[in-house]
Amino acid sequence: MNILIKNGHIIDPANKIDEKLDLLVSSNKIEKLGKPGSLSPDKAQIIDAAGKLVVPGLIDMHVHLREPGFEYKETISTGTAAAKAGGFTSVCCMPNTNPVNDNQAVTRFILDQAREASARVFPIGAITKGSKGEELAEMAELHASGCVAISDDGRPVMNAAIMRRAMEYSKIFDLLVISHCEESKLSDKGVMNEGAVSTELGLRGIPNAAEEIMVARDIALAELTKARVHIAHVSAAGSVRLIRDAKARGVKITVETCPHYFSLTEEAVQGYNTLAKMNPPLRTAVDVAAIKQGLKDGTIDVIATDHAPHGMDEKSGEFDFALFGIVGLETALGLSLKLVEEGVLSLTELIKKLSLNPATVLNLKKGTLSPGADADITIINPAEKWVVDASRLKSKSKNTPFNGWKLKGRAVQTIVGGKI
Amino acid sequence: MSLKTKDLLGIKGMTADEIKLILDTAATFKDVSERDIKKVPALRGKTVINLFYEASTRTRTSFELAGKRLSADMVNISTSTSSVVKGETLLDTARNIEAMKCNMIIIRHACSGAPQYLASRLKSSVINAGDGFHEHPTQALLDMFTMREKLGKLEGLTVAIVGDIAHSRVARSNLYGLTAMGANVRLCGPPTMMPSGIEDKGARIYYDMDKAVEGADVIMMLRLQLERQAAGLFPGVREYARLFGLNKARLERANKNAIVMHPGPINRGCEISSEVADDSSVILDQVTNGVAVRMAIMFLLSGGIKPEA
Repeated sequence: MNILIKNGHIIDPANKIDEKLDLLVSSNKIEKLGKPGSLSPDKAQIIDAAGKLVVPGLIDMHVHLREPGFEYKETISTGTAAAKAGGFTSVCCMPNTNPVNDNQAVTRFILDQAREASARVFPIGAITKGSKGEELAEMAELHASGCVAISDDGRPVMNAAIMRRAMEYSKIFDLLVISHCEESKLSDKGVMNEGAVSTELGLRGIPNAAEEIMVARDIALAELTKARVHIAHVSAAGSVRLIRDAKARGVKITVETCPHYFSLTEEAVQGYNTLAKMNPPLRTAVDVAAIKQGLKDGTIDVIATDHAPHGMDEKSGEFDFALFGIVGLETALGLSLKLVEEGVLSLTELIKKLSLNPATVLNLKKGTLSPGADADITIINPAEKWVVDASRLKSKSKNTPFNGWKLKGRAVQTIVGGKI
Repeated sequence: MSLKTKDLLGIKGMTADEIKLILDTAATFKDVSERDIKKVPALRGKTVINLFYEASTRTRTSFELAGKRLSADMVNISTSTSSVVKGETLLDTARNIEAMKCNMIIIRHACSGAPQYLASRLKSSVINAGDGFHEHPTQALLDMFTMREKLGKLEGLTVAIVGDIAHSRVARSNLYGLTAMGANVRLCGPPTMMPSGIEDKGARIYYDMDKAVEGADVIMMLRLQLERQAAGLFPGVREYARLFGLNKARLERANKNAIVMHPGPINRGCEISSEVADDSSVILDQVTNGVAVRMAIMFLLSGGIKPEA
């Protein structure tokens, strides 16, 4: 079926397009772009996008879909419904399922479950068997069965030798290695950022150094191995500094942050708010400023959500016992658009960090509206004001600290492979 | 007179007037414990639950006696004998207790914030009997009561709190309370035991104990948790005692009438020498006063209708 998206403001960073154009989709691919009114196909479904942004489908390279094993938190079906509602046409799911995605049977199961899903699913395989950090997982098999990267997310690979070997070995397949940077002896039993608030609340702290040390290690290993290394969910000012220096030296390293790290500080934990408990933890205003600066100057390539659904029972109760993580797919775009309003990023730069850049980092042929590309398109109403209502999230879990927040701008239509 | 709040969760945020009210009320209750018949009818017909998720002798007994001397019906629950071992959540346990109609729940828990969590979800008054490293408000109140009793005032006193500040709820509650009452607080311990950002909370920080106790009116020693040696917080008891232990020689650097306090239980020969603990401390007065202070708190939280003595 043909789709004609008319009168929209097209932003396609890959082709440096930032103007009012019509866009024609046919056979699930982008057919062409043209001046408003210039395209007149027969039998096309028409979408009037006047006043809207038409951008390459957003890509979230860091989500937890929880299936298999934790279907009470999220399934591939509900998680991708949340993705679609949030404007994401593609998501990459982390391997910390049960069983861990460290072999082709799990990868294939995920892809099988994803066939009817609302968004495209690209699995990420484990670096080590069982994500235990001891022996490499069978990377050839993971790669061949469809994994687009490897990571032991949530379980830092503490053994530097194993991480080095994983990076070296990944070069056979040119597979991206995603590192969750946390020196676990240093973070120990910490539950929030170490600082004035943790001292006041009497909670065990996690210092910035716990992240920075591992960022420094992985920069050194990336230099040593020349592998493609990506740093997940950066939260600390020092990490941004280290990565900026490394990039200036030409180290092949990419990095993501998450909307909560530029939207909230450790103050959100006051009152023992378990919805503000995540790992890495929310930091200080100084760190938030550094994250924004990193986004602005290009040090930080990608905005990802680290969408981490949890049931309310396990996300409430004693702060020490509540699980880390928040859902993010449905709030990411609205929170990120604030960066445009604040002048941190231009619209084009923001869309780049939400689509083209993750596609490039992952070697996916996506993130663009070039003719011939898959028709993954997000239509955004940048003026729509809305209030986050946790109870109405499509995600099976409602663990968001942004409930009640007034946001401006949201995805009004998410087209995945030409399907509305 | 009564406290305006439903609960007593911490000292932080309390005004000097509120603290003074509790201390003054405690003074009127103190003599109840000295009588032949140690009972007043203030809380007759009220049910009070001692819900202790951490081992405690002093605090649990003190609350129990305080409640009984106010004629409340006291029930003790400790985790080893409750459904907690079957995996029941804190809130479920508390709601079940409340369903049996109680007026007040006194909770001690290893997790900071556990009393707040319950207080916002229960109708009963909640008293924090110590939560994690957060607060131990009744301890600070009995400490301030003891200081005021022995030294006549709190304003202007110099109080040195020495030991593992990072892991001490007693230190935090005392810091807030003493600061509110106009005392000068010095915190002393190795840097490994100083929590991040504490220097901005109104106290002066010392790593040299000799300087910390110089001219002090009160020296409050904290219990050293010996298992913290394994975490690298100090090299060993021998060196700790030398650097941060209170002995007779060190005590002489303090003011002539200085008092020595400790929330207990003490490690003899570690943070405090037996000589100082036995001859020069007010540790047992603190324990005695604890009952009166807890009577005052329970009384004030339950509406504060004055008993006929």
